[in-house]
Amino acid sequence: MFNGTSTFVEGVDNAFLFIVVISLILLIVLTFLMVYFIFRYRKERNPVASQIEGNVTLEVLWTVIPGILVLMMFWYGWKAYTPMREVPEDAMVVKAVARMWAFSFEYDNGKKSDKLVVPINKPVKVVLEATDVLHAFYIPAFRVKQDMVPGNPQYVWFSASKTGSYDIFCAEYCGTLHSAMITKVEVLEETDYQAWYEGSALAGDEPVGLKLLKDNACISCHSTDGSQLVGPTFKGLFGKTHKVVSNGVEKEIVADDAYLMKSITDPASDVVVGFPAIMQPYQLPDSSLKSMVEFIKTLK
Amino acid sequence: MSETVLKAGSAEPQYQPSYLEMETKHKGILSWILATDHKRIAQLYFFSMMTMFLIGALIGVLIRIELMAPGRTIMDAQTYNGFFTLHGIIMIFMFVIPGLPAVFGNFVMPIMIGAKDVAFPRVNLLSWYLYVIGGIIVLTSQFVGSGPPDGGWTFYAPYSVKSAANIGMAAMGAFFLGFSSILTGLNFLVTIHRMRAPGMSWDRIPLFVWSLYATGWIQILATPVIGITLVLIVFERVFQLGFFDPAFGGDPILYQHLFWIYSHPAVYVMILPAMGAISEIIPTFAQRTIFGYKAIVASSLLIAFVGYFVWGHHMYTSGMSDTAKWVFSFITFLVAIPSAIKVFNWVATLYKGSINIQPPLLYAVAFMFTFMIGGFTGLIIGAVAQDIHLHDTTFIVGHFHYIVFGGTGFAFFGALHYWYPKMYGRMYNIKLANIAWGLFFFGFNVLYFPMFVAGYMGMPRRYFDYLPEFYIPNLISTMGSWFLYAGIILMIYNLVKSRKTGAIAPANPWHGVTLEWSIQSPPTYENFDEIPVVKDGPYKFK
Repeated sequence: MFNGTSTFVEGVDNAFLFIVVISLILLIVLTFLMVYFIFRYRKERNPVASQIEGNVTLEVLWTVIPGILVLMMFWYGWKAYTPMREVPEDAMVVKAVARMWAFSFEYDNGKKSDKLVVPINKPVKVVLEATDVLHAFYIPAFRVKQDMVPGNPQYVWFSASKTGSYDIFCAEYCGTLHSAMITKVEVLEETDYQAWYEGSALAGDEPVGLKLLKDNACISCHSTDGSQLVGPTFKGLFGKTHKVVSNGVEKEIVADDAYLMKSITDPASDVVVGFPAIMQPYQLPDSSLKSMVEFIKTLK
Repeated sequence: MSETVLKAGSAEPQYQPSYLEMETKHKGILSWILATDHKRIAQLYFFSMMTMFLIGALIGVLIRIELMAPGRTIMDAQTYNGFFTLHGIIMIFMFVIPGLPAVFGNFVMPIMIGAKDVAFPRVNLLSWYLYVIGGIIVLTSQFVGSGPPDGGWTFYAPYSVKSAANIGMAAMGAFFLGFSSILTGLNFLVTIHRMRAPGMSWDRIPLFVWSLYATGWIQILATPVIGITLVLIVFERVFQLGFFDPAFGGDPILYQHLFWIYSHPAVYVMILPAMGAISEIIPTFAQRTIFGYKAIVASSLLIAFVGYFVWGHHMYTSGMSDTAKWVFSFITFLVAIPSAIKVFNWVATLYKGSINIQPPLLYAVAFMFTFMIGGFTGLIIGAVAQDIHLHDTTFIVGHFHYIVFGGTGFAFFGALHYWYPKMYGRMYNIKLANIAWGLFFFGFNVLYFPMFVAGYMGMPRRYFDYLPEFYIPNLISTMGSWFLYAGIILMIYNLVKSRKTGAIAPANPWHGVTLEWSIQSPPTYENFDEIPVVKDGPYKFK
């Protein structure tokens, strides 16, 4: 809190403090009066109540004064917000795509990453897209949040003023692994950032199939090492016989090329017994499907 | 109708068979589930709602145990998602929205205005049946079909359209519950307009009745919107019609507008009758007239009216236009003023009273304290910039529990302790009631206050699992839930036990002056032998 890691932290936290201080004063005064009156005028000490019907001056005062205070609060809150909408012209643009249940970030040069990597003291505009349901892009340390709406791109911008690694959360409920839809924003010195941006640490070395599985967030539900997540693991999947439910009927099926591809494009048709039928269909070109299946075959 | 007619106001009226014992057409359980007497219907609601409340609270405790530490504690992610959804649907649609109107509105409102029943007793019973049908559908949706509904009580599209879970059925249940609410609102409005005793002009109506009046308008005008919206969700799921899912050409933000056009006013359906009950309890236990009767009435009506135009403050991060953001934020701050006026008037009513410290007053004090915290944190998130940071974090969860549970909940149980001797003719154990209140109040604050801290630190809500930095506030919160639950259980034990074995309560144990205290406890069928003539305002203490 109040660590000044982005452009907006000071404005948001100051407006927050302004409201908190006024609220605390009112809370303490009113609670004190309430408790004091109850003991001061308890029936043992004050057997006969005074019948006071009201007081116009007081009514006017406690309408007008809180009225002014809340309008000030409104104004501070709005003024701290407007800079969040005014993206500087020299901002670099990164595209963030959310799907169940992972973020992926795409840079101008085609570089893709599952973390958001940005240079320090540089305005960054993140264009937000979602492919399936609502998600929200939330960096608490920067005080920014924006829903990611399918078919309706949104944006946030910020300029990070301290190097380091900060949490990115999905803040809009998006299904089973909503709480696992977490990644990081890495703020680097300009030179480190350039090295990262031009380097190919993430791309290149990996098999195309694995890259596709990562880009489409398949691996947030299906592990590649045999561990149990929401869906069946990819390890040792190919060629084995699995019990599936098709249209409510249980049957056995051999996991061959055709079955794996169909499970990506139409996952609800054959659901492996013991797993929830929650996967969304993915529309991908045949070449991609083939590469993904080829990679899964290698996970023995 | 009673055989022996007694003169109203005679010194020692003879005890007559109460509504609990009266002879009816039907016997046994039928005499209850086919009852049209407003007091019996109030009891039907009371028992069904308390059952739902205890289930909802138990699920709440389980949710808290799951969140006690990072990682899986007692349940898997999808079970957790189903649980917080069910907790929300039960508590919102089956406890706090019917809340005070269905139980205490039904029980005391006709008596407070000097009427024998509500305007449409059979419609009143129908409301309860719709409530029960809706409740059964929602509960059934947990056990049939493709898995318990998830996604939260808000049913946000397109998730609610795409999710394989049984959301359509839960939405239909909520649809029935909505109709129950509309009919109750309509019934009360007509009753308050048409059935007041002679002499009860608009400026002599008790404040609880005024709050039900304001609430009735919200129920009638806002609830149909949620009904339509839920039907659209079902159509979209079943017939693939594109209203909200962009995949079919719909707009997810439109869903949020339609949802909150109802669901924000619904917050005032929850809180206005609670404020009304507090406005009854405070004068009685201060033994003095309410401070600023007209200001309190006007603020109820203002809240009901302005409350229609603030729904957008749930949507600052949704992607709606910036103009909409400042307009909704501005109106949101305006609606804070009438709420503040009420608190000032309540505190002023304690000034120079002759205060009798009893359980209902303690609940009223707890209400004011928690409602203030709920209100002040509402100012924080009413401001656009802070809400961008705090939206969909546990700060929001803390805020609305302070309003809905700390506000409506404490008022509900305060009202229960206040009217209990009238409802059953017996008194509960005061000492035990005070202890239960203490546990309840302590547990409540320990449970919900840390959520503000975790929320400002950035912990999103509806998270099955969380990062280690949020561990301490979550642990404290979970411990609070145990005190809270213990308080509730002790309170219920006391009230249930006293129902049969408590000391016989006099007709007017708290020396109240509204009409319900002028008749015997428990009241007879049709309440009054002779309709009273009202000659003065509602809070004239000698």
